[in-house]
Amino acid sequence: MISKRPIKLIVNGKPCEGFVEPRLSLADFLRDHLGLTGTHLGCEQGICGSCTILFNGETVRSCLLLAVQANRGEVVTVEGLAGLAKDGEPLHPIQQGFLEQLGFQCGFCTPGFLMTVYELLSEKPSPSEAEIREHLSGNLCRCTGYQNIVAAVLWAAEHLRKTS
Amino acid sequence: MADTSTSFIGRSLKPHKTSRFLTGGGIYVGDIRLPNMLHAALLRSTRAHARIHNIDVREALQMNGVAGVWTGRDIENRIALFPESFEIHPGPWLEGVKPVLQGPRPAALVIEKVHYVGEPLAIVVAEDRHRAEDALDLIDVDYEELPVVADPNEALKVGATLVHDKSKDNVVFSFEVNKGNIDQGLRDAPYTLRERFRHHRYCAAPLEGRGVVAWVEPKTNILTVWSSTQMPHLVRRQIAAQLNLPEETVRVIAPDIGGGFGPKVFVYPEEILVPFVALQLGRPVKWIEDRREHFISTAHGRDQIHDVELAFDETGRILGLRDRFVLDNGAYNPMGLTDAYNTAAHLQGPYKIPSLSVSGTCVSTNKVPNAPYRGAGRPEAVFVIERCVDLIAAKLNLDPAEVRRRNFVQPEEMPYRVGILYRDGESICYDSGNFPETLARALKAAGYEELRQQQENLRERGRYLGIGIGCYVEGTGVGSYEGAKVRIDSSGQIVIATGATGHGQGHETIFAQIAADLWGVSPEDVRLVEGDTASIAFGCGTFGSRSTVNVGSALFEASARLREKVLQLAAHLLEANRDDLELGNGKVFVRGMTQRSVSLSELARAAVPGWASKLPAGLEPGLEETFYFVPATVTWANAAHVAVIEVDRDTGEIKLRDYVVCHDAGKLINPLLVEGQIHGGVAQGIGAALYEEICYDPDGQLLSGNFMDYLLPGSTEVPKIKTVHLESASPLNPLGIKGLGEGGAIAPPAAIANALADALRPLAAQVNEIPLSPIRVLEFITRT
Repeated sequence: MISKRPIKLIVNGKPCEGFVEPRLSLADFLRDHLGLTGTHLGCEQGICGSCTILFNGETVRSCLLLAVQANRGEVVTVEGLAGLAKDGEPLHPIQQGFLEQLGFQCGFCTPGFLMTVYELLSEKPSPSEAEIREHLSGNLCRCTGYQNIVAAVLWAAEHLRKTS
Repeated sequence: MADTSTSFIGRSLKPHKTSRFLTGGGIYVGDIRLPNMLHAALLRSTRAHARIHNIDVREALQMNGVAGVWTGRDIENRIALFPESFEIHPGPWLEGVKPVLQGPRPAALVIEKVHYVGEPLAIVVAEDRHRAEDALDLIDVDYEELPVVADPNEALKVGATLVHDKSKDNVVFSFEVNKGNIDQGLRDAPYTLRERFRHHRYCAAPLEGRGVVAWVEPKTNILTVWSSTQMPHLVRRQIAAQLNLPEETVRVIAPDIGGGFGPKVFVYPEEILVPFVALQLGRPVKWIEDRREHFISTAHGRDQIHDVELAFDETGRILGLRDRFVLDNGAYNPMGLTDAYNTAAHLQGPYKIPSLSVSGTCVSTNKVPNAPYRGAGRPEAVFVIERCVDLIAAKLNLDPAEVRRRNFVQPEEMPYRVGILYRDGESICYDSGNFPETLARALKAAGYEELRQQQENLRERGRYLGIGIGCYVEGTGVGSYEGAKVRIDSSGQIVIATGATGHGQGHETIFAQIAADLWGVSPEDVRLVEGDTASIAFGCGTFGSRSTVNVGSALFEASARLREKVLQLAAHLLEANRDDLELGNGKVFVRGMTQRSVSLSELARAAVPGWASKLPAGLEPGLEETFYFVPATVTWANAAHVAVIEVDRDTGEIKLRDYVVCHDAGKLINPLLVEGQIHGGVAQGIGAALYEEICYDPDGQLLSGNFMDYLLPGSTEVPKIKTVHLESASPLNPLGIKGLGEGGAIAPPAAIANALADALRPLAAQVNEIPLSPIRVLEFITRT
């Protein structure tokens, strides 16, 4: 039996602890140990992007990171996205954009897209459509054909510029 | 009805009802956790064709944390075989088409022989998934390799290796349909052409794979199964049949589904095995398919080779079409002749074709089973006929749009009978539509005339711009039925239960809009319960562009019946004449006297049994009606797609510059959701045309088994899609609606292939197979 290791990290602003096998992925830790099932697993090979989260402020594929590697780190998942807006609204403007523009259908890839868009708009508040498509090119969606996701990002960018 | 009617149908309501998907609040099967839950993993064949001499599970059974291991021998007399797949076809169709049927009946776990890489051999259940997979590594399988049947045409040869030992040859199903005199048509025609077209194998690849959780609820002893399925009632029926349980003791729930697109429409071995092991162990068991498993165990689609002879005259009119096609069926056929016959039924497209002969042969090979994927046989047919139309144009030096116009069924000819049966057993009849107008609008939106000019200019500069058209018709809203149970609860909410189950289409929003108009309430006051066999007795499911047509119609009829009861009760409470009453704003009121009213909530609270009842004599308690809508036959949607590409003749790379869709799906309920469906379908069709390919080597090993080798189009590959609409109401249902879920995916392979042939017209390149990868494009160029 492989010996378990203690880990401590901040998830969505709250301190969390775990006692995990070294082979446990961060995604499985978030989902199975913390119950944060908004982070989805579409391929477990780092390609589809459904499991994208923020780790120490940058997007990572949580299926490719081990939980033990996240020790002492800070994680934000889709469940914590609205909290980043600090306006007390139930939806972050990015989430609101996806709602306004039908940027989702089955919802499975959506959390990964939302986190990737958060990173994009943090770095580049006024992206062009081409820049949006480029930044999202590592996330796969099988339902929307991306068009309404791009529209949602443009909506969110405009909204964030107005309110900031 | 009050003037609140028709105020929500046709509006682009936003998807507030599914906003849980934006906050991580959706619950997919992988998110379900139950106390004491165990985890399953499947041992799958690593060989495409081999005899099994022994499976040694002793070491796996002894592993710490393993709760059990079952092989085919262990379940042999405890899990019945899967049913014959042709049982899904209706009697009138079987009598009319008289197909040859010899489908093998698969077992949930094979015993003597494996038939494809990925076929399940054993199931392991352990305390967690890691341990279950560790245990798989300890199982030893003694294979004796057999010759592999990888090519469907080779499989048809006399003396070919048999995929299934007991069958007489590798033909699973075959059929032939004819109309007119095709021999004469071909003999007498001024022009004929022969061509072979290949529509390759690819797959739906929903981002959520399959998954099953099963447990026996202790108090009721009901086996409850959550499955990522499009067909919960079918899954229930088959679990009950194969595990020999009374159907009433099985409940199947389709929770949130992360995409379906077809392959989740039938029952897989895991949907029987996981409930079986949960029953054996008395604990909940969960199995989640990983992506590698998905590629080697969830059905693939398409994979047809067509040999076509076409007859036409000097004006470009089609005189006859003969098509002999072979469908590479893989090792099993879970959906009978659905895809193959859909191909035959849609081959004539929007055109008048006087004589036709189509034969389809489904051939067993050592590959993953082939089953419906978005379009289900239609993209294959459309690829064939639309390439043919462009070949006529090239031969006669006509504009491809003009050849289409000369062959279209005209609007004044509707309803139009095409002369063969649909797979529901009814004679195909295009019920409404205006094909010339559909094309005209698409061409206008694309700027067709300017594009032709631009093409000329670019050609002079050595650049290859191509414009391709893809027109199609689609039988939508297929039966046999779908139901709606409509209930008014004590809060006045309208609660709808149905057996259809969405996976991203926006059912919650669409049916709320329809119900809101029928009941004079806000969509916020409508709640949809779907994907749960406990909520309605019978259900078919969501597939084949059918849910809005069938559920919408059932909802209409159930509501009409319930309205009668509501008005009778209201008349009694208001002491008014029933004919003077109207519905609106969540109330029933006396016409012209809106203050004399009773709310739906008050009516529901009056319609109870016992002391609080205010029912008049003769009315039963409860405000609830169920209606099962049985469509007379399918209703025909149509569309025209225009693809604009530029191809680099040195690298073979295709750049998709523009994509236009004019779609006619009858009355639209929610244009925003409609566009979402079209965008997504087109994106999948673009993937099919340019990127996605399931590749096997001659040993039957899958070469494209992950998202690095199997290329889904991303945000930089799919262009902005321009959509325009026509709304030719269907006369076949009360709301005039047609289905559209599949539509977007049907034409892109044809339109993009036509665009490539158009771009390369100066080089006379033959474009007769897809995907149009750079290397294949270069082959087309050098072959000429």
